[in-house]
Formats: sequence, structure tokens, C-alpha cells
Amino acid sequence: MIGVLGNYLQGIGRALFFLFTIIAAIPSALVRPRLMAQQLYSVGVLSLVIVVLSGSFIGMVLALQFYRTLQVFGAGDSLGVAIALSVVREFGPVVTALLFAGRAGSALAAEIGLMKATDQLSGMEMMAVDPVKRVIAPRFLAGLISMPLLSFIFTVMAIGVAGGHAIGVSLLGVDAGSYWAGIHEVLHGDDIRDALIKTLVFGAACSWIAVYQGYHAAPTSAGVARATTNTVVISSLAVLALDFILTAFMF
Amino acid sequence: MTTPSTEALSSTLVSVRGLRFSHGTRVIYDGVDLDIPRGKITAIMGPSGTGKTTLLRLIGGQWQPGAGTVTFDGIDVHKQSRRQLFEMRKRMGMLFQNGALLTDLTVFDNVAFPLREHTKLPESMIRDLVLMKLNAVGLRGARDLYPEELSGGMSRRVALARAISLDPQLVMYDEPFTGQDPISMGVLMRLIRALNDALGLTSIVVSHDVNEVLSISDYAYVISGGKVLGKGSADAVRANQSEWVQQFLQGEPDGPVPFHYKALPYAEDLLGAKS
Repeated sequence: MIGVLGNYLQGIGRALFFLFTIIAAIPSALVRPRLMAQQLYSVGVLSLVIVVLSGSFIGMVLALQFYRTLQVFGAGDSLGVAIALSVVREFGPVVTALLFAGRAGSALAAEIGLMKATDQLSGMEMMAVDPVKRVIAPRFLAGLISMPLLSFIFTVMAIGVAGGHAIGVSLLGVDAGSYWAGIHEVLHGDDIRDALIKTLVFGAACSWIAVYQGYHAAPTSAGVARATTNTVVISSLAVLALDFILTAFMF
Repeated sequence: MTTPSTEALSSTLVSVRGLRFSHGTRVIYDGVDLDIPRGKITAIMGPSGTGKTTLLRLIGGQWQPGAGTVTFDGIDVHKQSRRQLFEMRKRMGMLFQNGALLTDLTVFDNVAFPLREHTKLPESMIRDLVLMKLNAVGLRGARDLYPEELSGGMSRRVALARAISLDPQLVMYDEPFTGQDPISMGVLMRLIRALNDALGLTSIVVSHDVNEVLSISDYAYVISGGKVLGKGSADAVRANQSEWVQQFLQGEPDGPVPFHYKALPYAEDLLGAKS
């Protein structure tokens, strides 16, 4: 029991130390725009399709569900508000983070783990190049920057373009004016600020977990597989737990 | 040989004294002394699992020894700050067993990598330097290929070009001959010798391909069980009287290193009750 607890504490300590090392290496990642652009592409741009599609579907499902319930109380016109608040406050940040962990986090962990297994990271060290600066920090930073942007795109898709608006206004016949007016009236800057905080926290957590798992993977195929699985499992749980904590504070 | 003379000191590039290292509970080195003479090729031989790669990582300062010292050009490798250690590594090249090429870069960019990271040379000069290094290993024409398009022997040659791109003093080869066909083995052997002499390098070749490595090296060490069992010039090692060294050099299946893993007597094991 004490041994298990000790192992956990040791793991947390190592991960925290690793986080500080990454943060210390961030300035040297910032002065490498080409490296950052590459990572923003593979972490952010390549996650666009899944985020856009998921946002649309979630918006469509929410429109159907909310409309049925709201109709019971004769409040069908409030559909826009209901969708906007739930997406901005919860679905946008949380679902994007879960998708991000599955799409980008797993890829990061696998890539870094394989670089380790094939001695690319040791090779860099022997060439006097710090892999944390050259490999880890740009990826971490790219995750941190991509998350809020992806979440924003998810939110826009779910509320407007193809999601809630398409189903609510075009299919169910809610008035477009009252759909948007309701959102305009009820959605405040506070909601958007809170959502931004959430996405930044989730982005940091997911990226941190992914690069840590990859960097500390056992240098074997089983080790890389485990790192990838761990990344998705731990990130998903961390996102949901952090969401509860943050929501409780923002309530 | 505990206190080397001043002359020996100056002609020694890397010196290892009383090295101890364990991996968990497994003792890998138990008091090892080595001297790597400047400008020569030194072979480190030993059976698989004796931690020959570990030795290179200890010399490169990637791992810390349990006890003992490693000095590189008079500097204690393990007493350096991270910055000093990185400075020192710019004077070392290491060739990993699988090449360790960066898979997202082309051959050209792989060889240019250390130059771009550590120098502020203009791109035109980097291009010339890279092509010179690639020409030295015969792969100037392969500059636009990606590592996955290379054969094992070609990867190692690219890695070799990369290892010498900063004109290091020391190049360490980790099992350069493993899994190579006779032609690429011959190419690598010739390259190691030619580059060592032409560039005035010092080379350490870790290998268990006894004949190949002895044929190109000036000095050799035989290591097993955490100890140095034989050392000297290539001929002296070949003539070593130790039974163990002879078994290793001749590749005999049984001898001081038993064929059978530690086990109960055979008859007892077959006839005995289930334990």
C-alpha cells in the first residue's frame, strides 16, 4: 500500500519536474517559428476535421433534444440560448479536449515514444541538442495554442454553421431572429472568459500528459503502445475531473 | 598501470578509472580501467549483454557511473554542468546501432542538423559541408532520400556522416557491423579506418564481430562480467592465453562460458519429482 502510494507520488514528482523543464524550454521553442509552424500543423490543423464534424453533430443532437423539451413548456424560441450556453460552457471545451486527447495526444505520445525507442532522442543528446528544447517544448506549446482555437471552431460549428442552427432554424422552424437574439442577450463575456480558461487548462493538461507519457515510455513496442493508451485514458479522466473542479469554482 | 606516466596521459584521449555501474541490481561494471589512445582505433569487445553500449553512454555523459571516473581530454565527464557537458559532446560523435537518424528529415537535413543547431554558418556553406561529408561516405547522391528509404548499411553511413559533421575528436561506434551483408560490412570497415586516419580522429568501436573489428583496430579490450579480461594490440589480444578470451575469439560453444544456462543436473531434472 505504502509502496504503491510512494510510486504514485514519485510519478507525480517526476511529471511535475518534467513540466518545469518544459516551461523553462519554451522560450527557445518560441524563437524557432518554422519548428512551431510544423507542430501547429500536425497538432492543430490535422485535428480540424474531427473537431468540425463532431461540433456539427453535437450541435444537431442538442437542437433535437432541447427542442423537444423546450416545446413542452412552449419555449421553443429559447433553443438558441440553450444550445449556446451548454456548448460554450461545457461541450465546447470538454468534447474538444477529449477529441484532442484521442487525436493529437495519442499521436504525440506515439511519435515521441518511437523517437525514444529508435534512439533519436539519445542521438540528439549526443549531438549536444537538448531534446526537451528541440522536440518536447514545441509540441507542448503547439498543443497549448491549438486547444483554444479548436474549441472555438467546435463551438462555432455546434451553435451556428452546421449544427444547432441548421437543425433548429432550417428543419424545426425556429425563427432565426429569436435564435440569435436569445444568444446575444444571454451569453456574456464571463461565459467566454470561463470557456477560454477551461480550454487553456485542458490544453496544458492534455499536452503535458502526452509528452510526458511519450518521453518516459519504455523503449519497446509494448512500451509505446502503453504510453499511447495511458495518454488517452489519463487525459480523458483528467479533463473530466478538471472540468468538474473548474465548473465548481466558476459556478 | 594505476598511475599512468605523463607521456601516457597526453597520448590518452579518454581514460576510465575504477568504473562501477549497475542497472537495478545487475552489476554491469565492477571496477574497469580503460585507456583510449589518441588518434587510434580501439576496439571494445565482449559478449552481448556485457554493457558495451553502456560504456559509450557513460563516456558520453548520458548516464552516471556508480563509482569511478571517466575523463575526456583531461576533463572529468561526470563533473560537468549540463552546458559544459553539451560543449564537450560537440567534440564527440556517436554512431548508434540503428543509426538513430531523425525520421522526419531527409538525409541532407540529418547531416546538416548538428551544423544548423550549433553554428551560424550561411546555408550555402552548410550545403558544401554536408555534401563533403556525404561524399566521404559515398552517399552524396542519396541526399534527398528519407531514412525509411535507406538500407541498414546506408543508414549507418549517413549517421556516420552526421557524426563527423562537426569535425569531432572522438567517434564512438556502437555495434557498427551487426546485421550487415559482407559488402556493406566491408564498406563500413574501410570507412572507419579511412576516416580515422584522414581526419585525425580517435575511434572507439564496440563490437562482438571479432575478426572484423580486430582487423581494423590498433588496440583492443575484451570485457566480460564487468571486468577487463584482455587488452593490448590486436595481435596481443589474439595471442592472449586466457581460456575465456580464446573461447570468445574462436567462438567455441562450450568452455569457461558454459553452453548451458545455470540449471539442475540433467538426469535429476528429467527424473526428479515435480518441484
